[in-house]
Amino acid sequence: MNSELLTEFTYFVLAIFVGIEVISRVPTILHTPLMSGTNAIHGIILVGAIVIAANARTPLEIVLGFVAVVLATLNVVGGFVVTDRMLEMFKGRQPPSKQPTK
Amino acid sequence: MTIWIALAYLLAAVLFILGLKQLSSPRGARRGNQTAAVGMVIALLATLPSLRFTTAGIVVIILGLAIGAPIGAVSARQVHMTAMPQMVAAFNGVGGGASALVAISELLHLGAHPAFQITFPSIFSMVVGGISFAGSAVAFAKLQGLVTGTPITYAGQQVVNALLAIAIVALAVANLAIGSQAVFFIPLLLLALVLGVAFVIPIGGADMPVVISLLNAFTGLSVAASGFVLNNFALIVAGTLVGASGTLLTTLMSQAMGRSLANVLFGAFGQVQTAAGGTAVTAEGKSVRSGSPEDVGTMLAYARKVIIVPGYGLAVAQGQHAVKELADELEKRGVEVDYAIHPVAGRMPGHMNVLLAEANVPYEQLKEMDDINGEFQSADVAMVVGANDVVNPAARNTPGSPIYGMPILNVDQAKNIVFMKRSMRPGFAGIDNELLYDPKTIMLFGDAKDSLTKLVGAVKAA
Repeated sequence: MNSELLTEFTYFVLAIFVGIEVISRVPTILHTPLMSGTNAIHGIILVGAIVIAANARTPLEIVLGFVAVVLATLNVVGGFVVTDRMLEMFKGRQPPSKQPTK
Repeated sequence: MTIWIALAYLLAAVLFILGLKQLSSPRGARRGNQTAAVGMVIALLATLPSLRFTTAGIVVIILGLAIGAPIGAVSARQVHMTAMPQMVAAFNGVGGGASALVAISELLHLGAHPAFQITFPSIFSMVVGGISFAGSAVAFAKLQGLVTGTPITYAGQQVVNALLAIAIVALAVANLAIGSQAVFFIPLLLLALVLGVAFVIPIGGADMPVVISLLNAFTGLSVAASGFVLNNFALIVAGTLVGASGTLLTTLMSQAMGRSLANVLFGAFGQVQTAAGGTAVTAEGKSVRSGSPEDVGTMLAYARKVIIVPGYGLAVAQGQHAVKELADELEKRGVEVDYAIHPVAGRMPGHMNVLLAEANVPYEQLKEMDDINGEFQSADVAMVVGANDVVNPAARNTPGSPIYGMPILNVDQAKNIVFMKRSMRPGFAGIDNELLYDPKTIMLFGDAKDSLTKLVGAVKAA
C-alpha cells in the first residue's frame, strides 16, 4: 500500500465516522429532506464525470462521458432543488415552542 | 493535485459536513441544503482548471450540463409533494448510473492490466452503481404505479438472487485476477443490473422508502469507490459521508417499522402474510358503522380534544389544506387539535410533516408518536385520515401478523374513532384492520379532500 492510497483510506474511514455522527442527531421530521439532501451530495460524481469527459477522444469515450455528465448533472441539480423545495415550507413560521426531540 | 485544489476540496468537504449538521434543525435545514450546494459549486469550480480538455471533451461537458441542469431543475420544481419519494429514487438512480459509467470509462482507459488498487474500486463502483441504478428504476416504477406495488415473488427466488450475487463475486474476482477487459466486465455490469432488479421486485411498495434509502447509501459508496479510482478527495469524502449516513438512516427507518433491515429486504412480506392467514381475524360477518359528514361534523364540533392521524390517503387526495381548514374551524370553537405523526406515515419518515408544513400547519401541533401516544386516552375523537396500518392494533395483539411488533399510534384508546377511507380495502401491508369494526368507530367513506371539505361545512353549521 503506497502512501497516497493510505491517505485516501484514512479519509474514507474518518468520513464514515463523521457521516454517522452528524446524521444521528437529525429529528424524524427532517428524514425525508435529509435523504434528499444526502442524495444531492453524492451528485459530487459530476466532478468525476467531468474528469473522464474532459479528455474523451474515441467515440465510445465521448458517449460514456456525455451520458455520465448528463446523469450526474440531473443528480446534483434535481437533488438540491427538490430538497430546497421541501425545506422552503419550513421557513417563515413562528419559532417552535419546543425543539423536536430525537 | 495542486495545493489549491486540495484546499478547495477540503473547504467543500467541510461545507458538506456543516450542511448535513444544519439539516438537523427545522430552522437551519434550508440553509444546510444551500451550504452543501455551495460546497458542490466550489468542488466543481476547483476541478476545472486542473483538467486538460480535448475539443470533444469541452463540447460533451457543456452539452451534458446544458441538457441535464434544466431537466433536473424543472422536474424537481414541478413534481407533486406526493410523488417526492419516487423523485428521490430517480435522482439517486441516475447518480448510481453516472458513477458506474465513470468506473467503466476508467477501466476502458487503463487497458488490460491496471494496478489492483485501481481495478478493485473500479469494479466495486461499477457493480454497486449498477445495482443502485437498476434498483432505483424498479423502486421508481413501483411508486409511480408503472408496475404493481405488491411484492413480485416466485419459487426459488432467494436461490436465484443468491446465485446472481455469487456469479457477480466470481466474475469480479476473475476480473481482478486476469485483468480487466471489456469481455469480462461488461457481463459483470449486466449481472449487476439484473441483480438490482431482482433484489427490489420482491419488496412491497410500503417498504420502498427503506430500499431507496439503502440504494442512496449504495450510490454514496459507489461514488467513494470512483474517488479511489480517480484519486479524488472530494469524491471519497462526499461519497463516504452519504454511504455512512444513508446506512444509518436505512436502519432507523426499518426500526420505525418495528422490523430488522434483513426482514424488510428478504422477508417477502406477502409470504409471511399467507402464513399468518389462518390466525388473522377475518372481515367476514362483521358490521361496519358508517356515518354522514353531518354526524361526524357535529361530533367534532362538540369535542374538547381531537387528534388527527394523517396518512398517505391524505397526501394522495391532496387534502392537506382542507385538513388545516377543518382544524382552524375547530380551534375557533375552542377545540384542542393535534396531529399524531407516525414515524412512517406517508411513504417516508417525515413525509407527512413536509405535506402539512406545506399547508402551514404549525410545528407545535405535529406530535411524534412517543409524545402523543399517552394523549389518546383523553381525546374525544381520533380522526384517521387515509392511514391504516400505522393504527392497526394487530401490531400489538396478533402475534402471526406481518406487522406484529411495529409501534403504532394508540388510536384505539380514544373515546371515538373516525376513519376516513375510500373503501374497506386494507392498507399497504395488505392486512385487515379490526379497528374498522370497533363499535366506537365511525367510517366516513369517500375521497379524503371531499370529506374534509364537507366536514368544514358541517362544523360551521353545528
